Amino acid sequence: MTSVQPYPRAVEPRPPEPTFLGMPPFPEAARTALSDAQLRANLRKATHTIRARRQAVVDELPDWERLRAAGAAIKDDVLAHLPRYLEQLEASVTAAGGTVHWARDADEANAIVVDIVRAHGVDEVVKIKSMATQEIDLNNALGRAGIAAWETDLAEMIVQLGHDLPSHLLVPAIHKNRREIRDVFVAEMGRVGRPAPAGLTERPADLAEAARLHLREKFLSAKVAISGGNFAVAETGTVCVVESEGNGRMCLTLPDVLVTVLGIEKLVPRWEDLEVFLQLLPRSSTGERMNPYTSMWTGVTDGDGPRHFHLVLLDNGRSDVLADPVGRQALRCIRCSACLNVCPVYERVGGHAYGSVYPGPIGAILTPQLRGLNQHDVDAQTASLPYASTLCGACFEACPVLIDIPQILTRQRAQLTDLGRGPAHHAEKAAMRAVDWAFGQPWRLGLAQHAASFSRHVVGRKGRIGKVPRLLGGPLGRWTAARDAPAPPSESFRSWHKRTAGGLEEP
Amino acid sequence: MSKLTWRRGGHTAPVAKPEPVERGASKAEMLGRLRDALADNRPPRAEVDRSYRRERDAGTDLVGRFAERVADYRARVLRADSSDLVETAAALLREAGVRRLVVPPGERLAWLAATGVELVYDDPPLTVTQLDAAEGVATECAVAVAETGTIVLDGGPDQGRRALSLLPDYHLCVVRAEQLVGTVPEAVARLDPYRPQTWISGPSATSDIELDRVEGVHGPRRLHVLLLA
Repeated sequence: MTSVQPYPRAVEPRPPEPTFLGMPPFPEAARTALSDAQLRANLRKATHTIRARRQAVVDELPDWERLRAAGAAIKDDVLAHLPRYLEQLEASVTAAGGTVHWARDADEANAIVVDIVRAHGVDEVVKIKSMATQEIDLNNALGRAGIAAWETDLAEMIVQLGHDLPSHLLVPAIHKNRREIRDVFVAEMGRVGRPAPAGLTERPADLAEAARLHLREKFLSAKVAISGGNFAVAETGTVCVVESEGNGRMCLTLPDVLVTVLGIEKLVPRWEDLEVFLQLLPRSSTGERMNPYTSMWTGVTDGDGPRHFHLVLLDNGRSDVLADPVGRQALRCIRCSACLNVCPVYERVGGHAYGSVYPGPIGAILTPQLRGLNQHDVDAQTASLPYASTLCGACFEACPVLIDIPQILTRQRAQLTDLGRGPAHHAEKAAMRAVDWAFGQPWRLGLAQHAASFSRHVVGRKGRIGKVPRLLGGPLGRWTAARDAPAPPSESFRSWHKRTAGGLEEP
Repeated sequence: MSKLTWRRGGHTAPVAKPEPVERGASKAEMLGRLRDALADNRPPRAEVDRSYRRERDAGTDLVGRFAERVADYRARVLRADSSDLVETAAALLREAGVRRLVVPPGERLAWLAATGVELVYDDPPLTVTQLDAAEGVATECAVAVAETGTIVLDGGPDQGRRALSLLPDYHLCVVRAEQLVGTVPEAVARLDPYRPQTWISGPSATSDIELDRVEGVHGPRRLHVLLLA
């Protein structure tokens, strides 16, 4: 039986959580990830499992396509009238006893949360998994203010205890297997609270039990909880959190103070709009008909749940995204992660390579926009993201709110080319110049093909040209760093045509 | 929608709120930026086409479908009618090994005493430590959704506050036929947004470790549904 026990709090010393700052550009990070066989095996199993589950429950609904269209239309309505809906939400939340704060950027949001926590005189908070708070790096901001933030989602806790980074929107510890998780629990739990039970095995049920015991003590004593939100209804002021484990319910129900950090695109106009998203989200996300727990609350209620409710509305680059008529579709995203699970690139490299809290196809379009690609030049890592895709379109097909991810990717590539920032642009430009030259005169093309056929004797061993050493290869080296090129044929079409009179004299 | 006329009862008395810094400027700036972003190229007005299914298909066996879908979540479902209600509840409670049950204030679930278990009323409200130590809890529900096997609690008198169905490790939920609806839209239409809601679909679960589903992390690890129909 658990009760409130004096386990070590270990607020200090606690190393800052790692961040994605300073990550290498996608191709480099991807190369490291690809050489990790364990990671690739974990990812393959995970993405294929969820993919199959999703398909099964999506196929069950005869009106899935109509739900997707309605979801997209509702979100477009929100975006088109965002200022009005935000003010409406503020009015309804305030009328229901909550307090609304407006945060232009990450620093401002963090300062607001720190002030609220301090005003209640506590130095630790419990947290529900939230992409928005990861985006603003809230845990480190709280840490700098001497406040310990405990992640209570199992996967987030694994990531936090392991001083690691999340790699998937929905299952952030997807890159870790059970043995690695057990080792993290045994080594770390005792340093910050109730230790892992003696003789902890690597059975998932035992690991979950260890998490239950470790966190129960924190839930029962926490005074302040911090959450994100999946939806907020402008008309009523209702906020909705969708989860599986019950840690969300603990955080939303037990502490005296609740702070919710909400990206401004999370609004829906009307209560009835939830009937669409509560069908789209669980089926797309975990592949369930419904997730185990969904909590909804409107302001504060006497005798049930927190007595103080703060809602922090976060911009942090979203208004810049809204300004782009094509790219703004990304703000429809409901963070289901279906696009990650179907993406052939994500399946192979995992989430870390994207260098952002938003990995996968949605990350490849959202991160560069949030970092201002529509407005100005961006760093090399950000500039590499729109190329982290084969443009196969599987993400668009899976997206429950019809975000045309390939369209945005190609638009971003065009924007980067205009800025002179395409990652392979030297090779590409050199190649394009060469093509331009060769096609300029017929004799030049013949010469080029002759040269290409000859080059086969130099580099084309197995019919493919692998990675050409950068030192020797120049632009060719950069091109072949990420892909094998087919070796040129031994004879060009033109020379074959000439030799055999168009096949008539074929021996 | 008529829902706009709903009003929640029992607002909390005004409390001292931290007023850290004057941040009205942030609101004005954010709204200004958003208006600028939309000024030149506001998306065309899109009507939301609600031609998706809002009601269940005619002829759906609500009770059967609900029982099947709840069972899919590895929750236990038993059906009963007024003649064998007590007997069936007693069987479920024996199976769960529960002898003391927390129940919401009020008399709606008083009949459970006839099963032989001791009832502990949340009146006056139990502390979280008491709830944490409780063997189990019994509630009714506001709405139940057949298509998804979901039970919705909204803090009504037969359900109590949210913590009741959260901290004890066992939850027995009594669902009556008139609470059953077919689809999610039907449930949303019946519910009052101004009441705190918990939608429950099976016991607490996680798939965070290698995508292996484990029932029971923080909420009740066992969910029994007694379907009175």
